[in-house]
Amino acid sequence: MEQMITAVMSLAAIGSGLGVVLGVAARKFAVEGDSRVEEIVAMLPAANCGQCGFPGCEGAAQAIVEGEASPTCCPPGGKVVALAIAGHLGITLGDDDMEEAPKIAVIEDAICIGCTKCYRLCPSDAIVGAMKQLHGVFAEACTGCNQCADKCPTGAITMQALPATAGTWVMPKPVMAA
Amino acid sequence: MAHVVIPPIRRLLTRWGIHPDSHKFPAAGLDIADAGLPPLLVLPLSQQAGAPARPVVKVGDHVLRGQLVAEAVGHVSAHVHASTSGTVLAIGDAPMPHPSGLPGQGITLRPDGLDRWAPRDVEPYPINLAPEEIARRVAAAGVVGMGGAAFPAAVKLALGQRSGIHTVILNGSECEPYLSCDDRLMQECAGDIIEGARLLLRATGAQHLLVGIEDNKPDAIDAMKLAAHPYPEVSVVRIPSRYPMGAERQLIHTLLGVEPPAGGRAADVGVVVHNVGTAAAVWRALRHGEALTERVITVAGGAVAAPRNMRVRVGTPMSWLVERAGGLTREPARLVVGGPMMGVAVPDLDVPVGKGASGVLALTAAEVGEREPSACIRCGSCVVACPVGLMPLEMANRINAGELGQAEDIGLRDCLTCGACGYVCPSRIPLVQYFAHARGELMARERERKRLDEVRELTEARAARHEREAREKAEMHARRKAERAAAQAAEAAAKASATQEESA
Repeated sequence: MEQMITAVMSLAAIGSGLGVVLGVAARKFAVEGDSRVEEIVAMLPAANCGQCGFPGCEGAAQAIVEGEASPTCCPPGGKVVALAIAGHLGITLGDDDMEEAPKIAVIEDAICIGCTKCYRLCPSDAIVGAMKQLHGVFAEACTGCNQCADKCPTGAITMQALPATAGTWVMPKPVMAA
Repeated sequence: MAHVVIPPIRRLLTRWGIHPDSHKFPAAGLDIADAGLPPLLVLPLSQQAGAPARPVVKVGDHVLRGQLVAEAVGHVSAHVHASTSGTVLAIGDAPMPHPSGLPGQGITLRPDGLDRWAPRDVEPYPINLAPEEIARRVAAAGVVGMGGAAFPAAVKLALGQRSGIHTVILNGSECEPYLSCDDRLMQECAGDIIEGARLLLRATGAQHLLVGIEDNKPDAIDAMKLAAHPYPEVSVVRIPSRYPMGAERQLIHTLLGVEPPAGGRAADVGVVVHNVGTAAAVWRALRHGEALTERVITVAGGAVAAPRNMRVRVGTPMSWLVERAGGLTREPARLVVGGPMMGVAVPDLDVPVGKGASGVLALTAAEVGEREPSACIRCGSCVVACPVGLMPLEMANRINAGELGQAEDIGLRDCLTCGACGYVCPSRIPLVQYFAHARGELMARERERKRLDEVRELTEARAARHEREAREKAEMHARRKAERAAAQAAEAAAKASATQEESA
């Protein structure tokens, strides 16, 4: 009888002790939301362009973490961002779902009326211009988020892939024998 | 001349490399011919990995031979000089020797036929110049590594001054098949090479000079030994013939028995390697004040009628060189600038040759020996052949599966892309192409990642700016409101005091 009481008491003591520890730990190390969302947001281009169909880059990050969207859903980020996110979350990407080289905005000189609408809208300040002056795009700063093309009243802006130059050319992958 | 011999044990322990058919004759047995002046020259502005040179002449300008036409931009870049006197016809895109076949920037020059030199700075005793002055003049003459990569020679010299170099190695191995330009140069201009190498020695502050020459070039070894005889610090060393002996690390290991660390440079073990052609160009630049405007190129291949080594002006089109070598006897299966193993395959003969081009080859289908690749049989031949001890089959597998990061983990960065693995592969798998693809892809990703990071910074800066503007606007509004309220209050107070006075 005495032995049984000792066993029950000691187990109860250990149990309640561990319970207190766990309770304190749960309070102290509580996780607010999913930290991965923030990490993914830091990887996305932050243009908030909405091409992915989610509300801003944070919405897209949420969807990617929850598995509702593929890491390839961000057209401005392209291959690089998709691979970085996939690597971070441990997702394997097939070769086929990769969007080709990111496109950038090109302004047709003859149609641009210099309304500055695109210039005021561009999230990365990639368009330069002034009222009634021809606008231009800094190819280096353009993510191809398409917002300017949507807003252009004359349809002077199109999204085009950058032409390959000797400096950016990559040798194609050879075809593996069966 | 000090006598240096490679220990036999090192020869026995060496397993890497391949022994391709040399194909060096008949070009190696004939003296260097002059290729003459072509009707048009195209000076490539991008001859090495770094940024393209910036043109300093305008279309229509008349230039003299050796006159600066484009200046270096950034660290890994070299000046470009007019290779003869003439008129600048165009500056812009021109066909270039690049594996993509895409055009590059070039200066098109029409020679006036007079070949007049710009004023040259003759220096009777360049060995008395200060090391910094030697490096400066080498840079001013636009001298680059003549072995193939065209790395600016002055950059290597500056590197040497910083990092305590004890030995300069002169690379006379010329391990690529077909090429014999270094061989002929060593036989005909051994004095220039040794004198130039002594200048390199002085510029880097090193004490020893080793000239490594493969044992399939006995005449070159004799000529160089004769030229090196008066100098105790110079040793001409016979090294075994195998490909890729001319690779920097392999040459250093063969001669000295030490190996630079992975990812490190030759300078990390106190060595700097220069090509024999570079040494000759350094001598011409310092002694005679001549900028680098010509080089020796081997024109060879089964489709060329009379293979020959030629003294060629930088920017000469390939078609002119092939014509000077008797033209084509049959339709070539592949045209190559450089050596057959590491050279660049070009689509047609319109491309000009740059400072780093050591050969112009027109190869027949039999010489190319291309076959449909079949599946890997895991024989391991490529592992034995690899000079840096990598596993080419594993790397190619991972690249094929799209796992570039894994390929990098098992040594993709250490690969020389020498092509020894693909050469021995019984299944004819284009292994080097996989590695070139993977490296290009990784570099492209890195570029894109950097660009996206910069764009993100811009985006965040813009958002911050908008926020600040909105805040300032709000603050101004509040201030105006407060001012207006204060003014009204003051007015009301004045009115009140006035009525008080009135009533009083």
